Amino acid sequence: MTDVTTEAPAAVAPVRVETPFQRFASEFFESKIATLALFTLIAIIVLAVLAPWITPQNPYDLAQVDVMDGRLPPGEEAFAGYTMWLGSDGAGRDLFSAILYGLRISLSVGVTSGIIALAIGMAVGLLAAYTGGRTEAVIMRVVDLQLSFPATLVALMLVAILGKGIENIILALVVAQWAYYARTVRGTALVERRKEYVEAAACLGLSNMRIIFRHILPNCLAPLIVVGTVQTASAISLEATLSFLGVGLPQTEPSLGVLIANGFEYMLSGRYWISVFPGLALLFTVVSINLVGDQLRDVLNPRLKK
Amino acid sequence: MKKTTKVLAAAASVMALSLTAASAEKLTIGLASEPTSLDPHFHNLGPNNAMSRHIFDRLINQDELQRLMPGLAVSWEPIDDLTWEFKLREGVTFHDGTPFNADDVVCTVERAPDVPNSPASFGTYLKGKTAVKIDDYTVHFITEEPYPLMGNDISTVPIISDETGCGASTEDFNAGTAAVGTGPFKFVSYTPGASILVERNDDYWGDAPVWSEVEFRPLTSGPTRVAALLAGDVDMIAGVPTTDIGTLEGNSDIQLSQGVSNRVIYLHMDQFRENSPFVTAKDGSEIKNPLMDVRVRKAISMAINRDAIVDRVMEGVAIPAGQLLPEGFFGVSDKLDVVAYDPDGAKALLEEAGYGDGFAMTIHGPNDRYINDARIAEAVAQMLTRIGIQTAVETMPRSVYFGRASRGSPDGLPEFSFILVGWGAGSGEASSPLKSLIHTHNADAGFGASNRGRHSDPEVDAVIEEALRTVDDAKRQDLLAQATEMAMENVAIIPTHFQVNTWAAKKGLKYNARTDEYTLAIGVVKE
Amino acid sequence: MTVFIIRRLMQAVLVVFLMSVIVFFGVNVIGNPVDMLVSPDADQADIQATIERLGLDRPILEQYWLFMKGALQGDLGNSFIFGEPALKLILQHMPATMELALTSLVLAVLFGIPLGLFAGLYPENPISKGIMATSILGFSLPTFWVGLMLIILFAVELGLLPSTGRGDLGTFLGMQSSLFTLDGLSHLFLPALNLALLNISLVIRLTRAGVREAMGQDYVKFARAKGLSTNRIIFVHVMKNILIPVVTVLGLEFGSLIAFSVVTETIFAWPGMGKLLIDAILQLDRPVVVAYLMIIVLFFVVINLVVDILYSVLDPRVRLQDHGQ
Repeated sequence: MTDVTTEAPAAVAPVRVETPFQRFASEFFESKIATLALFTLIAIIVLAVLAPWITPQNPYDLAQVDVMDGRLPPGEEAFAGYTMWLGSDGAGRDLFSAILYGLRISLSVGVTSGIIALAIGMAVGLLAAYTGGRTEAVIMRVVDLQLSFPATLVALMLVAILGKGIENIILALVVAQWAYYARTVRGTALVERRKEYVEAAACLGLSNMRIIFRHILPNCLAPLIVVGTVQTASAISLEATLSFLGVGLPQTEPSLGVLIANGFEYMLSGRYWISVFPGLALLFTVVSINLVGDQLRDVLNPRLKK
Repeated sequence: MKKTTKVLAAAASVMALSLTAASAEKLTIGLASEPTSLDPHFHNLGPNNAMSRHIFDRLINQDELQRLMPGLAVSWEPIDDLTWEFKLREGVTFHDGTPFNADDVVCTVERAPDVPNSPASFGTYLKGKTAVKIDDYTVHFITEEPYPLMGNDISTVPIISDETGCGASTEDFNAGTAAVGTGPFKFVSYTPGASILVERNDDYWGDAPVWSEVEFRPLTSGPTRVAALLAGDVDMIAGVPTTDIGTLEGNSDIQLSQGVSNRVIYLHMDQFRENSPFVTAKDGSEIKNPLMDVRVRKAISMAINRDAIVDRVMEGVAIPAGQLLPEGFFGVSDKLDVVAYDPDGAKALLEEAGYGDGFAMTIHGPNDRYINDARIAEAVAQMLTRIGIQTAVETMPRSVYFGRASRGSPDGLPEFSFILVGWGAGSGEASSPLKSLIHTHNADAGFGASNRGRHSDPEVDAVIEEALRTVDDAKRQDLLAQATEMAMENVAIIPTHFQVNTWAAKKGLKYNARTDEYTLAIGVVKE
Repeated sequence: MTVFIIRRLMQAVLVVFLMSVIVFFGVNVIGNPVDMLVSPDADQADIQATIERLGLDRPILEQYWLFMKGALQGDLGNSFIFGEPALKLILQHMPATMELALTSLVLAVLFGIPLGLFAGLYPENPISKGIMATSILGFSLPTFWVGLMLIILFAVELGLLPSTGRGDLGTFLGMQSSLFTLDGLSHLFLPALNLALLNISLVIRLTRAGVREAMGQDYVKFARAKGLSTNRIIFVHVMKNILIPVVTVLGLEFGSLIAFSVVTETIFAWPGMGKLLIDAILQLDRPVVVAYLMIIVLFFVVINLVVDILYSVLDPRVRLQDHGQ
């Protein structure tokens, strides 16, 4: 998904003969909201990637963070001389720096876990829908088992066994999410599989692989993108929730989720900036991911084409 | 319901403070943590002990400062080295009308240590003690050795009724059938997770409570609790988060009450392993455990800016600590000051100890146990990093933390090298932390149970043991103070601050803050 | 059909058994609750005595064996923390969670389907765009954040609704629930809305996607060509098409609403079993965690069964089978 979106701007150049990709791009840019969202998302990603070079403070270096700078309102000057444009949190982290660094972590956690979960879920869901029989029964019972397992319990166990860390959170998020994809893919594929064109393809003697990848999968794409955007967004939120419950990422290297969870305590304290700014950053990120995802779905879905 | 309370409250303020027994007023309190049972002997835990004080009495009460006051006993004194004589209060009846007498005491002492499935029993306070009935209103407690802390121990044990309580199960207490005490309030209803309702005991032997009915509601999330108070759904809340104290202070509808607690927050350092698992050279290679060196420990203590922790992390609501209990408690030394913040001196001391280039370590702490615990650990790490001790922070839920901190290493020893912990002195005097945190770990004698750094100093051990044998109060006070001074001199642990607890109530109500952190309806008064 | 259901129920038993094994041993790996439970004043002998009293000194396999023996007789063990049977505790907390989850599901359908239908039928309408943009907010912000915001707005600032708790219970047909009193409903609204937000967005999006897809399909075109009324096309033909994903997701979500109401229940001090679970996890109350998850798994399998049966009713092309025939 990210690949597509980052390459997209290259296609704006006016060319007479449209390749499929150019057609896709021009359709994508028909929506002003989606275009705006795409550029917001790119801007957010660029800011997050460049964070170490553009922030006044490395919020993960305890030598640079001073508790004496704690809870400064936006615009105050830090002890070290720079201005904290978005204020500072309780530990003395410059919120502007912390948000950019936090975005880096949250985005990579959300996207990585989303992609892995999608890959696993898709494979498993298709397998179940296409093979049927015993395999399907076993797979779907595993999915049931998985779906009933609260993510918090998975995370708490992983934290206990493996210790806190980004990999473990990604693992927990993958474990918490793959079953959703599997279940969705299977549901749609079950319907698709029995449609005439699939039966026709089977009659033509096409291989199973070919039928799955050329015929069934493209038709599962629309619901998958809906679930995928919702899940990526909720992965970022879930990471925040895990932090809220005390089993998220390390306190000293806060993700956006940790910043928001910390901000929760300040919501009634009158120090609005500690909870509002990380919240806004999350809002912008998740909303643009979803808007881009919506547009992608509309453009990609063959049946919605004019 | 909300409206009626408001109308009643308004009516009450008009009537001024005519606190007759007939006044009907309901008080709703938002608790920060929920009692796990109404069986007063099931779980020796703060919220349970606080709740049981409403329905049950003890032989000896602890006042707001944990000083011992007559309860169901009017007097208690040692009559020889091994015997304490308790004279019981006459004319007291249980809520069901049966009179209170020595039989109730004897059966309580039998049941309390031995409740089935109890996760934390009162045996801790009752072992080695036998209660003997002399007459209906005299009980002797007999011990195997001279035991000066009899009053403190007995003040923790709620007295239940011989007729309804002693044969009852924990479920009977939760259902209310056995929840029959002599206390200021009577059981009405208990809905786990939602509310505990009690009503005034009009026949109470002591000062009758102001409130005809009290409802306790567990509101475990801090901001939610504050919101419930601001919305007027509860009249008072316990455990006001430090972050919200500022705004509540500025709110003219809210009244705050604060009091220092018996809880010290401190750092424990690995002093028993040659190579400590979470201490390395800065490049990650193994080094000899520097925390064994008293100069390094002293340097760490000097590097901690306690005023900054209190001011910035705790938002001013804490007291910098230089010893195990705040001043005013029994056994506290008047010679000890808070260690002054001196980063340069700390660096010099590290240099002198041969660690001029510093080293690396990890501080471990809980993130859901003490007020702002994770943030304190982070602030400490910042301060140590500045004097060259590169400190990483790892915080975890208490469910994971305490097990590992106490016995998490493969051989069943404490797992971490440098930890943040707290200690509340339930007995309200200094022998409690000295015995558990400072004394050499000795499972057979029951010493050093929470000595997770395994600090060991035979000299201080001797003083502590002598204090625990000394019945004379003045002598014991001196011994406890002396032991504390020795422990601080050797930096057995590094105290950072004493917690201060905050309660908030709507205008017109005031809570008499308690050092034991309990929230009691009898302590809520009208102004 | 009957064979299908029996087979699925037998599978359920296996799943529940597997769940008990995983959770039992999993919670055990996290740690020993005793160090957290005992009073700080306890010495080493007291701690040891407590470990023995709770049976935690036995080998883990023996502990599991004892648990299984009890479980077969309907005894899932006593809570370490509360000293009461775990099953009783869960059943005690279940009604509160059920009414919360049901209400939020109703809210999700009530808001989600009409809004999604509108957005799908008139995709270019500015109102539709507004609906879609707003729906994104529903799952963009973490539940705990939105929950406290709702309290601050509706309880603290406006004073319209109570902030926390379950309110008065009413009795109807022998059931006690806050659904049956006005006070109860006023307590229920905010937490149910908080819990429903994500699902409202989800239903809006699924409905819209389904509608847009169906409108372009041959059978709808055909129906239109045949001169069927727009209403009939939408409510008979299109609805059928969109209900499959909606039913799937809501079926899934109802289970997760129950399992994951943890956060909402914590924020709103709602005395449900989600809160019981998170407290049990945080205190390593193994009997409660194990019993809770076994019940939830059972519950889930049943929901999935119902969803599958609904599938076959809604779309005859899907035949009930879990075995190649």
